[in-house]
Amino acid sequence: MKKHLITLALLLLSPFSHAALNIVACEPEWAALAQELAGNKASIHSATTALQDVHHIQARPSLIAAVRNADLLICTGAELEVGWLPVLQRQSGNSKVQPGQPGYFEAATQVRMLEVPTRLDRADGDVHAAGNPHIQTDPRNIARVAEALAKRLAQIDPANAAHYAARQSDFASRWQAAISRWEKEAAPLRGVPIVVQHKAFPYLQDWLGLKEVATLEPKPGVEPSSAYLAELMARLQQTPAKLILRAAYNDGRSADWLAERAKIPVVILPFTVGGNARAKDLFSLFDDTLAQLLKAAR
Amino acid sequence: MFQRNTLALAVLALSAAPLNAIAADSTELQQIRQDIEQLRQSYEARIRELETRLQQTDVKASAAQQATSNLPAQTASAPAANATTQAAGGNAFNPEISLVLSGTYANLSKDPKNWQMSNFMPSGDEIGPGKRGFSLGESELGFRANIDQHFYGQATLAVSGENEIGVEEAFVQTTSLPKGLQAKAGRFFSGIGYLNGQHAHTWDFVDAPLAYQAFLGGQYSQDGAQLKWVAPTSTFLELGMDVGAGERFPGTTRNKNGAGSTALFAHLGGDIGASQSWQVGTSWLRAAPRDRTYDATDLAGNEVSNSFSGRSQLYIVDGVWKWAPNGNAERINLKLQGEYFRRRETGELAYDTAAQNLSDSYRSAQSGWYVQSVYQFMPRWRVGARFDQLDSGTVDYASNGDFLANTNYKPKRSSLMLDWSPSEFSRIRLQYAKDQARQGVKDDQIFVQYQMSLGAHGAHSY
Repeated sequence: MKKHLITLALLLLSPFSHAALNIVACEPEWAALAQELAGNKASIHSATTALQDVHHIQARPSLIAAVRNADLLICTGAELEVGWLPVLQRQSGNSKVQPGQPGYFEAATQVRMLEVPTRLDRADGDVHAAGNPHIQTDPRNIARVAEALAKRLAQIDPANAAHYAARQSDFASRWQAAISRWEKEAAPLRGVPIVVQHKAFPYLQDWLGLKEVATLEPKPGVEPSSAYLAELMARLQQTPAKLILRAAYNDGRSADWLAERAKIPVVILPFTVGGNARAKDLFSLFDDTLAQLLKAAR
Repeated sequence: MFQRNTLALAVLALSAAPLNAIAADSTELQQIRQDIEQLRQSYEARIRELETRLQQTDVKASAAQQATSNLPAQTASAPAANATTQAAGGNAFNPEISLVLSGTYANLSKDPKNWQMSNFMPSGDEIGPGKRGFSLGESELGFRANIDQHFYGQATLAVSGENEIGVEEAFVQTTSLPKGLQAKAGRFFSGIGYLNGQHAHTWDFVDAPLAYQAFLGGQYSQDGAQLKWVAPTSTFLELGMDVGAGERFPGTTRNKNGAGSTALFAHLGGDIGASQSWQVGTSWLRAAPRDRTYDATDLAGNEVSNSFSGRSQLYIVDGVWKWAPNGNAERINLKLQGEYFRRRETGELAYDTAAQNLSDSYRSAQSGWYVQSVYQFMPRWRVGARFDQLDSGTVDYASNGDFLANTNYKPKRSSLMLDWSPSEFSRIRLQYAKDQARQGVKDDQIFVQYQMSLGAHGAHSY
């Protein structure tokens, strides 16, 4: 019995992995990007999965433990994680990943923010003062973040600076080639009218020229009422849309309701790496996103 | 920008006016006119460009001024935002401010004035079901910000319905200690137990469990210091120690150097797959009350005032388990929590301090526990159930046993609640409790409560 207890204790308290760099990413897309740039020089953990709503995450003990051991914390920022990340940072007792330290990296500071509100009022729903935080749906943003992240990796792990720089330049050229390919493929999507469940895709829309004609949520983060859905139906008869977009983590019921009545398909985008079986890394994330959109818009 | 604008206009005016007056050769004149026209067009274009840029900056500046300053300073480093942070001036460094408003309507079948937990010494003013009818709950005003690169500070002021302002918490905390260490000083909720560290507005029920009311006077806060360490392990392990004045129940104010109370606590937690998470903890609190007076009814039925001096030790075991499919709590989720308390008090008890003042030794061992579960069955809606029980245990009054005695009655309470949260900032709750804390009394309690939070988006702990 005693032996079992000791084994159990050792198992529970096994020290964190000893790779050169412990990286915790708030979202799977940044974990995937860190993987591209750091390769085998880092052990990378994503705090959330594609099936979770990153606005609402519990500051679980496992996450505090992960942040405690992190050398670098990569998050979107722009208040996306405001409901849980500050607790992780404060309770972890890890001075390296506090705001303002090199060990805390915010992706949103690297890109041009869209939908920056001119008026801040919670009556408008879950709005973010810094703009819409779902920046990862535009691959051009990923490229910008990659450039800055590679520099940050070199800053906190100078011994491997050349490694990160080489991987970044390799990633950048492959990514640029992929963007050109995606843009060519996506030409038919320009101007396609869409309905979105949550305002989660403004960057994707901006990139591909999709035209958002309505949102399923009456206000960001607010569930639609049946009265609102009925009103939405009427509006769609005036300005019809070709498809409904939602992210993998969204509750699908209202989108399905509308799809059935408006006779348009629902496209469940992976939204981030791991959102479906095909979105295994950043490249396949956009491959799948485009393939699904093109198929539904045909 | 204004300067360049005016300059452009001045050049335009100066160059246009005199040249118009000159009569000259027509080709030359035409050439000059063309030149002027070009010049004018180019300046107009530049002025237009400058004006639009100015307008954009104005819009950005007003947006930034409206924005609450809960963005870390880092976000402002984008080039476009540089000018706007300057415009916001000193206010940009204001701490995050949040305000929690709450209010209750209580329908109690028995008079709350004589509410007590039978066989347990009363533990202060903040216990019991509260007033009958409408009452304003505590309005919590919170401020928090990083102080500098080493410290974080937070204060929570509670304004009671009786118009009293209390300092619920006011502490500073280190952010730069190495090796997972953290120190805290000021007034703060002690790290003992599970529910103790959580502010009332995050509770799942209107009131605190009976065990918290009996052993900690509702919730235990210290004026003191805390040292905490998070282990470098993949499973969460946290060890901590509080030392403090220990002026709150079970302690008392005392005129002495050193620490009046000491607490030790340990928490262990982790995940089971993507859908489940758990945390268990154990804590110990020692206080040294001096002349802790309380009112009681003696065996002869007289109202007397007694006082206890000695040592009070409390042991707590707590556990919580949460489930949400794939860790996505949006639609449905379940939470199960429970805590067990055991207290030993040894020392001197003075009976009837106002008249006879008979002092003799006192020894007690009492316990209590609660379990509760809250289930979100659809977005925005939750139901919950809680069962509370106290065990009067053994109480030895020595020779004062001639006047004082305990029965073996176990105070208990069952509660049911239903709450609706239209957004993450508002919650309306209905709660029913069958309260049998008083021996021989069954109190049916119905509460309707609202809790709303304004201002900076708070982040809640597990």
